[in-house]
Amino acid sequence: MNRNHSAQPSPAPAIELRSLHRSYGSTHAVQGIDLTVSRGEIVALLGPNGAGKSTTIDMLLGLTRPDSGTVTLFGKTAHEAVTRGSVGAMLQTGGLIENLSVRELLTMMGSLYPHPRPVDDVLAVAGLQDVAGKRAAKLSGGQTQRVRFGIAMVSNPDLMVLDEPTASLDVLARHDFWQTMRAFAGTGKTVLFATHYLEEADEFADRIVLMAGGRIVADGSATQIKSVVNVRTIRATLPDVDSDALQALPGVAAADRRGESVVLTCNDSDATLRALLVAYPGAHDLEVRGAGLDEAFLQITGDGDTNDRDDMMNRQEASR
Amino acid sequence: MSALTYAKYETVRTLRNVRFTAFSLVFPLVLLVIVGGANRDEHNFLGTGISFALYYLVGMISWGAMMSVLSGGARIAPERQLGWVRQLRLTPLSPGNYLGTKVATGYLLALLTIVVLGGVAVIGLGVRMPLDGWTRMLVLVLIGLIPFAAMGIWFGHALSSESVGPVMGGTSALFALLGGSWGPITGNTGFVHDISQLIPSYWLVQAGQSAFTGQWWPAKGWLVIAAWSVVLVALAARAYQRDGERVAA
Repeated sequence: MNRNHSAQPSPAPAIELRSLHRSYGSTHAVQGIDLTVSRGEIVALLGPNGAGKSTTIDMLLGLTRPDSGTVTLFGKTAHEAVTRGSVGAMLQTGGLIENLSVRELLTMMGSLYPHPRPVDDVLAVAGLQDVAGKRAAKLSGGQTQRVRFGIAMVSNPDLMVLDEPTASLDVLARHDFWQTMRAFAGTGKTVLFATHYLEEADEFADRIVLMAGGRIVADGSATQIKSVVNVRTIRATLPDVDSDALQALPGVAAADRRGESVVLTCNDSDATLRALLVAYPGAHDLEVRGAGLDEAFLQITGDGDTNDRDDMMNRQEASR
Repeated sequence: MSALTYAKYETVRTLRNVRFTAFSLVFPLVLLVIVGGANRDEHNFLGTGISFALYYLVGMISWGAMMSVLSGGARIAPERQLGWVRQLRLTPLSPGNYLGTKVATGYLLALLTIVVLGGVAVIGLGVRMPLDGWTRMLVLVLIGLIPFAAMGIWFGHALSSESVGPVMGGTSALFALLGGSWGPITGNTGFVHDISQLIPSYWLVQAGQSAFTGQWWPAKGWLVIAAWSVVLVALAARAYQRDGERVAA
């Protein structure tokens, strides 16, 4: 997972978050985040809207003060790291100022940093050569995102932070964007990006941190995380069995009785299926379906019911 | 790393912004050419011994310069809304330098307005003034702009990008009218005259007129400008701080 294995004493990690908390009024948006990202890692912060991803990123960048907890980037405070140009970021929202061409805008932003990346280089990596002379107001949505990415890159950062970079893009532009990102990350940079698309996290990150309800609920490789969010449902005709008994089967997160049939929501449907047939040979009309990511998130976040979520995570831990 | 490059592109951006240069430069210029031009043969305006063109020139200069520095700070409002201020917080640019550049570009625009209007008046309208008159005017106008520069920053932080334009237009029109930029509205005595002496734009117009009256501001003028500067800088600082808390919230 960590691409920077070395025998030397390890340098400070790119990101170190320690028990971060942040509330907005009565909303406890971030409820204790601990996260360490080594240099060179590409990490996806995956979670549904309202999971606390943006608040975490804003605290990481020093844009939001945490109520408690600490942020350390390359062993320094967020502000120091930003001032040195070690961190580039593309925030979730934000437009471009008018009346400058793409090249002028990048030159202007680059001039603020101690060791900027040459503008021609940024234009090439971000795929902006064709629109270098265009004013920001005349760019398409995809081109605007590329320019914003270029601005994030112009400081020549070691850490790139992207908050839902493709949220406003269509499928084609999204694909293009990740191609660009790949070219950037290929040079051993550390990347942290927030997304609510599992596919994006899967395709691009070597590590996925799953957030829900302001907490990290899972942290691991794409395969590990997919097994958490790849919830399947098993439907079977099985009268006269108590749903509590079914709930106790391995891999079952929830059991629902619907007349003659039962619906089991599982995070390990294979294990459930085997156990189900052994325990209840009478079960028939079996049907296994993959649930969508949204359903999976609902399952994990348990509609805000923390116990359900913790329960499921514990089961997940146990089944590993 | 160069703060100059940043300032350069800020300036380029300002000059390309037609909406702002229209108010600070083009409107005063057009009025000067039309109204001043139509009355160019009036050489003893209101018995002052001053030509109408010269009298009108310094009024337009005070108005255009006021709009220039106001708009310098007011441009913060759309940049806040755009998320650009947040983006800049991810750079080494300090808040002080950000505000300083806004004030500086406002002043630059004001200087441009003064030079262009003055040049057109001299070349096209036959206005003549001794060098010390120009110098005195320039010095006093630049000082008299301080409260308006602070007002621009205050508006930029306290208002949304939708409301900043109308508020700025209305406020500057009111100050221009009451101060006498568009022509005298009071005599040299009376209640209205006493009131108008308490507003900063009156002294901005006096700063312009110092070019031909040969007089620096009296103590009252310095006091009024200083008082408005203190109040508006405090308001701007408070709005900036509140806005910073919102950005950081």
